Amino acid sequence: MWRLQLIRKPWRCFSTSAGVPRWFDSVGPAAKDPIQAVTEAFNSDPFPQKINLGLGAYRDEQGKPLVLQCVQQAEEKIRGCNLLDSVSASVASSALVEECIKLVYGRNVNVVKEKRFAGVPALSGTGACRLFAEFQRNFFPESAIYLPDPTWTNHHNIWANAHVPVRTFHYYHPHLRGLDFAALIDDVKNAPDGSFFLLHPCAHNPTGIDLTEDQWSEISNLFKMKNHFPFFDMAYQGLATGDVDKDASSIRIFLEDGHLIGCAQSFTKTMGLFGHRTGCLSLLCADRDQAVQVKSQLQQIAGAMYGSPPVHGIVLLSTILGDQALKSMWFKEVKAMASRIQSMRAKLRERLELTGSSLNWEHITKQVGMFWFSGLTPEQVDRLAKEFHVYMTPDGRMSMAGVTTSNVRYLANAVHEVTKCS
Amino acid sequence: MASNVISAAASASPSACPVTDLLKGKAKLGSGNVGSLFIKDKGNPFLNSKSCGRISMAVAVNVSRFEAITMAPPDPILGVSEAFKADNDEKKLNLGVGAYRTEELQPYVLDVVKKAENLMLERGENKEYLPIEGLAAFNKATAELLFGADSPVISEQRVATIQGLSGTGSLRLAAVLIERYFPGAKVLISSPTWGNHKNIFNDARVPWSEYRYYDPKTVGLDFEGMIEDIKAAPEGSFVLLHGCAHNPTGIDPTPEQWEKIADVIQEKNHIPFFDVAYQGFASGSLDQDAASVRLFAARGMEIFVAQSYSKNLGLYSERIGAINVVCSSSDTAARVKSQLKRIARPMYSNPPIHGARIVANVVGDPALFGEWKAEMEMMAGRIKGVRQKLYDSLTSKDKSGKDWSFILKQIGMFSFTGLNKNQSDNMTNKWHVYMTKDGRISLAGLNLAKCEYLADAIIDSYHNVS
Repeated sequence: MWRLQLIRKPWRCFSTSAGVPRWFDSVGPAAKDPIQAVTEAFNSDPFPQKINLGLGAYRDEQGKPLVLQCVQQAEEKIRGCNLLDSVSASVASSALVEECIKLVYGRNVNVVKEKRFAGVPALSGTGACRLFAEFQRNFFPESAIYLPDPTWTNHHNIWANAHVPVRTFHYYHPHLRGLDFAALIDDVKNAPDGSFFLLHPCAHNPTGIDLTEDQWSEISNLFKMKNHFPFFDMAYQGLATGDVDKDASSIRIFLEDGHLIGCAQSFTKTMGLFGHRTGCLSLLCADRDQAVQVKSQLQQIAGAMYGSPPVHGIVLLSTILGDQALKSMWFKEVKAMASRIQSMRAKLRERLELTGSSLNWEHITKQVGMFWFSGLTPEQVDRLAKEFHVYMTPDGRMSMAGVTTSNVRYLANAVHEVTKCS
Repeated sequence: MASNVISAAASASPSACPVTDLLKGKAKLGSGNVGSLFIKDKGNPFLNSKSCGRISMAVAVNVSRFEAITMAPPDPILGVSEAFKADNDEKKLNLGVGAYRTEELQPYVLDVVKKAENLMLERGENKEYLPIEGLAAFNKATAELLFGADSPVISEQRVATIQGLSGTGSLRLAAVLIERYFPGAKVLISSPTWGNHKNIFNDARVPWSEYRYYDPKTVGLDFEGMIEDIKAAPEGSFVLLHGCAHNPTGIDPTPEQWEKIADVIQEKNHIPFFDVAYQGFASGSLDQDAASVRLFAARGMEIFVAQSYSKNLGLYSERIGAINVVCSSSDTAARVKSQLKRIARPMYSNPPIHGARIVANVVGDPALFGEWKAEMEMMAGRIKGVRQKLYDSLTSKDKSGKDWSFILKQIGMFSFTGLNKNQSDNMTNKWHVYMTKDGRISLAGLNLAKCEYLADAIIDSYHNVS
């Protein structure tokens, strides 16, 4: 973490012989972002059969990035729009937020009808989480954030950079390769009342292990008793089961139970809008007045960080979500993506079992969403990269979206080779 | 600078019409009347009883944690626009917000932007993530535009450039770098300066103080005060300078004054930090407007420069800009770049693609680049034209002998009229001219047709109100 590198004594300005100050001598090189590092290593590998399973970005059957039809059509639709002045941008933002809220909480719920939400467009999931982290620091300065162990690596950075202390709660049981529910419950109970928890509503990243509806209910009740704040990071709505409503069921359980929820939404993976940085941050409030006040504070935080999110992505996304035909098209396309990933999981497991491996591979198909948390050790991951040109993050997380029918056999053999002596 | 902060007032729900219809002018915008949106909650939505196979309990919902949260202060510039909207007088004039308007007082999408977007659409480029540092073609183009393609800082690879979210986002990245690597260092900002500068440094927890800049007696630069205050600051402070077209005053140092500013900054081992939001827009020439930055770079100084394409390419809402750090060596630049990336990743992971592609396409195509330069000259020319007409109207109508030449000496979108708060209020209340209380008018919102009317308003407010 950067804190270790921070020099707390007054900096010194060094001079060159020409007397030119050299201010940045104390600035060391930053450690590479682990996920980016995988992509960079992959990119510089000349091996023709190399496979990139590092980045959580959908690839089609040919291993190519996919621009969704609904997105292409929306681009055509908004072509030539005057996107300039802040009035139009503001209208587009409100339209987007409303559609995002309906998508995640449900179309006809009271919070939507009564406008009891403070919502702002955000710079994808990262931006939404960061806005919330800054908000948490400003208004709950004594609070910490509880992150599941493990979680997306950037969660730690986001809250740390917002100067909010980070704690973790049990989630993954390495021996069971499943959920450590009992320990999770204990951690929720033992946390001080009114703690802030970050929850993955579906397709947990990196483990792919999700709670059942009963387990979600139990957590929800426990949260009520402890008065904890549930903050959901929704990055895969539609990509987990293929059904956007089903993927939001955990959030809807909490909503029905009366929690005032916080939610970060990202559309980078589910709509392939990676480069546009489109997302939403919403906080449910007690009433409309409060929603207006909370929203004003979120806008204030955003205003000093980047102003407002880019309008192209906002208009694109609100066009897709606001148009019945485009939205239905999107539902079908996201379901197709989810299905392809599910079938790749099945094929990989089948191929591994055919290798004669003695190990249990059922976790490939039991896990949900884009990632397979393989359980491979860092050494095995390293071997996969060096000997087989298969790239993934050091924690053994593989993006199944990068698997195709043409590379699945190669992948299975590679995985078998590095695991067969274990 | 145009405030892109979304309206703090909840706007009317547009869910009845597709956004595209609104943007194409086919549907009317809602009135955004905040008062009508506040309705009483019916019943108590918080008491809930659960059944259907789950544990049945009637449990009071978590009471909201947000009770103590108050309304954030309203954006002063936005307030002006809202008041303007509510005014029904046909003579009304909006000189509040710093967004370019045509002679017909309409927003303007540059032709080159439309062409670039069409090119991009035809190519059907994918929407993959940009790397954390942004689009490489954009970063290269933006640094060359700023420093000059043949500058040694470019050829020696001594600039760390990363794409940022317009000027605001780029300033914030730099602010975090300052807080992290120069703990306790102050940023000196001009008095006055763009309102958001303070917010950015406050949120990044970087202390700041002001240096004298505007002299109300001369409606010009308090150069001696500026130099004194920069000299008096602790060694190693950051000095925030507007590269050209100072916001809000429109008052820029002369080339000779820039040399002296550079002298005193070097003397005190300060670090110059330029905010360049109007390159090309001030004089009409990209190179001329970058002269101040290039002067400092030529002295071999280490410099921070934030850039924005909001005004000069009209890309306000696309949030495209860059932070550049000129370092003493390419190795240092590489390290600084890596740290800037580390700051961006937990803020938004990677920057948005659309605006970057537009800039890269415009700057990268010689024909489009030439067209852009012409459009910029046109925009800057229109502003110079209204300045001249306003000055002419003032001098011909005002018989007091007051010197109005500061209007011509000032540059860029804004003019500090020298009107005080009461006088500015008179402008609004009596003449329906909307401006900010500090006496700033945005010439981008003025056209030739209204110059005489504005002159009458200014003369009346100046002489008859105190």
